Amino acid sequence: MSTTESVLNAHSREEIDEWLTRYPPDQKQSAVLAALRAAQHQNDGFLTVELMDAVADYLDMTKIAVYEVASFYSMYETKPVGRHCVAICTNISCMLMGSDTIVQHVEKKYGIKLGESTPDNKIYLKVEEECLAGCDGGPMMQVDHVYHMKLTPEKVDQILDELE
Amino acid sequence: MTDELINITVDGQKLQARKGQMLIEVTDAAGIEIPRFCYHKKLSVAANCRMCLIEIEKAPKPMPACATPVAPDMIVHTRSELATGAQQGTMEFLLINHPLDCPICDQGGECELQDVAMGYGGSSSDYVETKRVVMDKNIGPLISTELTRCIHCTRCVRFGEEIAGMRELGATGRGENMRIGTYIEKSVDSELSGNVIDLCPVGALTAKPSRFSARSWELTQHASVAPHDSVGSNLFLHVGNGSVVRAVPRENESLNQTWLSDRDRFSYEGLNSADRATQPMVRSNGELQPVSWEVALKAVADTVQNTVKQHGAAQLGALISASATLEEQHLLQKLMRAVGSNNIDHRISQLDFSDQQHAPVMPWLGQAIADLESVDAALLVGSNIRKEQPLAALRLRKAAGNGAKVSFVNSRVYDMNFDCQAHLAGGQREQLLHVAAIAVAAGVEHSCLRDLLGSFEVGDQHRAIVKSLSDGETATVLLGNSAVMHADYAMLRALASGIAQRTGAVFGYLPEGGNTAGAWLAGCVPHRGTAGVTSEAIGLNAAEMLSDPLKCMVLMGTEPGFEHPRSALAQRTLKAVENSIVITSHVSQMMLDHATIVLPAAAYAETAGTFVNASGSWQMFNGVVAPPGDARPGWKILRVLGNQLDVDGFDYQSVEDIRTELKGLCRELELDNRYEPDGAMLADRANSTGDANGELMRSGDLPALRADMLVRRAKSLQRSSDAQPGVISLNSSDLSRLGIEHDAVVNVEQDGATVVLKAKADDGVPIGLAWLPLGGQDVAGFGALDQPLRVTGS
Ligand code: SF4
Ligand code: FES
Ligand code: FES
Repeated sequence: MSTTESVLNAHSREEIDEWLTRYPPDQKQSAVLAALRAAQHQNDGFLTVELMDAVADYLDMTKIAVYEVASFYSMYETKPVGRHCVAICTNISCMLMGSDTIVQHVEKKYGIKLGESTPDNKIYLKVEEECLAGCDGGPMMQVDHVYHMKLTPEKVDQILDELE
Repeated sequence: MTDELINITVDGQKLQARKGQMLIEVTDAAGIEIPRFCYHKKLSVAANCRMCLIEIEKAPKPMPACATPVAPDMIVHTRSELATGAQQGTMEFLLINHPLDCPICDQGGECELQDVAMGYGGSSSDYVETKRVVMDKNIGPLISTELTRCIHCTRCVRFGEEIAGMRELGATGRGENMRIGTYIEKSVDSELSGNVIDLCPVGALTAKPSRFSARSWELTQHASVAPHDSVGSNLFLHVGNGSVVRAVPRENESLNQTWLSDRDRFSYEGLNSADRATQPMVRSNGELQPVSWEVALKAVADTVQNTVKQHGAAQLGALISASATLEEQHLLQKLMRAVGSNNIDHRISQLDFSDQQHAPVMPWLGQAIADLESVDAALLVGSNIRKEQPLAALRLRKAAGNGAKVSFVNSRVYDMNFDCQAHLAGGQREQLLHVAAIAVAAGVEHSCLRDLLGSFEVGDQHRAIVKSLSDGETATVLLGNSAVMHADYAMLRALASGIAQRTGAVFGYLPEGGNTAGAWLAGCVPHRGTAGVTSEAIGLNAAEMLSDPLKCMVLMGTEPGFEHPRSALAQRTLKAVENSIVITSHVSQMMLDHATIVLPAAAYAETAGTFVNASGSWQMFNGVVAPPGDARPGWKILRVLGNQLDVDGFDYQSVEDIRTELKGLCRELELDNRYEPDGAMLADRANSTGDANGELMRSGDLPALRADMLVRRAKSLQRSSDAQPGVISLNSSDLSRLGIEHDAVVNVEQDGATVVLKAKADDGVPIGLAWLPLGGQDVAGFGALDQPLRVTGS
């Protein structure tokens, strides 16, 4: 049996507490998105059942309600994934600007498909569901929440090779 | 919602509606059919299936009838081109992912999706692509899942959240990946879980115990009344091939509404257990041998007559179950009294009878079951109402949701599915002190209270309970199942009724069994005959009969080694009884150990009769299947015995005759829980000492899933998570003090006997207590409650 304290680290709890000040005390569940984000962050990019349960306890929610939220939004990973999240936009504008080439290049580079992680758990190629609102710079990708625009295979190599 | 009435027109029909009502409620009441999946009258409106689309004049598009409030002069068309087009379109969409597996689906023939597709769908679909598949998870022994069939109406999810108060199912994922489930591998544990089977409009959630065992159109449906708790839920038994295949709720707004507890729904499985009594047996040469009814009945008559002749009628005793029918109870006590014995009782789990003269003729709820939903405050003493009377608990939960303050005094903290004001827990002595402290806070005065309380202080929690009871416009104080088992039941009763009096609350009881109330009326108590007529001589009570062996005992439908708080003593005593006559539907090893004559009797669903519920309604039912083998209905067995023993008034032709006789006797009765204890009742004599001599004190109740013969044998229920066989629970601090790990196998010793159990850490159990409830196979005829026991690692 693990307690909330031991699962959510101090930094996560601090962050959740900060969000909690914005909502009425009897509606702690309003902070669930932020709480899951913090929990995912502390765990190198993905959620575990243990973390989700801890969030549920922390926010006085039922566990299944937290699973529902976590599984609904594509920004939460509920399966283990690589440390660095690489999300190449394949939505309409980026597609017109050649995102397919970028995807192919990256898939070949790492020998994995979109939705998979490298065996060393360094890179996770996320399937990006929606337009990332960087259409003016397409093709584009997001690496650990940072936007990189006007991609070419060379530029992509450079960005990805710099990752730790 | 207001009461203001407005006029609307639906399909040319003029209707009156209350302002703010949803259109579908109005059309339902008027008998106009609108198809629906997600709407259910007892659940919140989700409006997600879109099946109920209809046309409203002046509205630009079809509107969902379940989520459209009526407006003055609204003109509605449910079968117009716009409406039917929308309905057909919705139906086509719903069927895109629904498998065409009706031939192997248990819901086939009673499926809302099939019906609505036939009634409102098109005859073909444009969809040719593949359908999605959902992998199923095991959610326990009661519900089987086939979630590929789910249409995401979320009725099951809303039920968990809104009614059962336990959100276990959810909708995870989204879009095409959305699925209903528990997300993690986990069983659904609510005591009301089976209701999602009825709610699910498709075959995604079906009853596991009856899975693949019948097609709905081959079954016949029979109205009946549930036998396990004093709500007396109404139900239908579905019968196929001569046996009960399943049970479903029969709507009764004042009792079970549209629901049924899992215990009432699945206990029928006990009817088909392997240990059914199917032939009369008489012991000869030390062995029980099968004999004919003639021989067996003659043996009973001879035994009874000989006992009376040789030892006097006082050496004859009888115990009868609180789930026996009113008619059986009446006949058994009539028979006993006719041969001169008042030793008859149904209070098999009770220990303290000192105030029985003051007990009401029929201890009852003191109010209608539905009234519980509007109380402002309640105090329950010795009750796990959530498991013991789940559908009464539902009412209380509703009240709590509206702000009612509900408090408990119990032997442990039970999990309630609503917020409680207080849940005071402790050993028997401590419970008594808590109730006494509440009484003192309420202003009950008696010289003995000071002595009793000693250094135990009347605290804020006690005062808060009193305040909530007195402030509440309607409040109630109730004694539950475990109060009856308390060694100081009389004092608890005196104190609780005093608290109710001082605070203006309604005083009542939660009768334990399906017909506990009936047993009182029928006169299955040693001090009163039918309808509460005082007996001239007071006979022995259950505890007396189970501690000093009589020469001859009759046991009807009961296994005291499971049900009596002093199980070991009860079993020992029965073994020492010279002649023990057992009239029973099932035969346990314990019975085989002591019985000299076994008469096989019909069980619930196999006999006609009457149950009286907590609020005093008499509910009749008929047998729906034949008893197995040579078993016969209890009332017929007793009638023949009456004739054999040559006593008067046993010429009944039918159950109705017995019922009519009883009705006549009870005609004048008025239910009244008023309790006027004389000073003696509050005397400074408490039985519970609370002193375990440095050992752990055994604590426990008679859990709902072990409460009677039938449910103890219902195999799926016994596999559900509430059943918890072979477990002893201790507070985690006690466990670590003893150096025992959670889940470790331990030896538990009491009364010179040892059982091997698994120890669990459970902080709902107060420190110093070892929670080992009655009624389990593991503790058959073992030890006693409220006595020290020893737990050692093995
Ligand atoms: S499982 Fe049944 S009740 Fe639950 S959402 Fe699916 S169709 Fe509705
Ligand atoms: S389409 Fe790629 S950012 Fe909008
Ligand atoms: S019943 Fe109205 S939308 Fe489902």
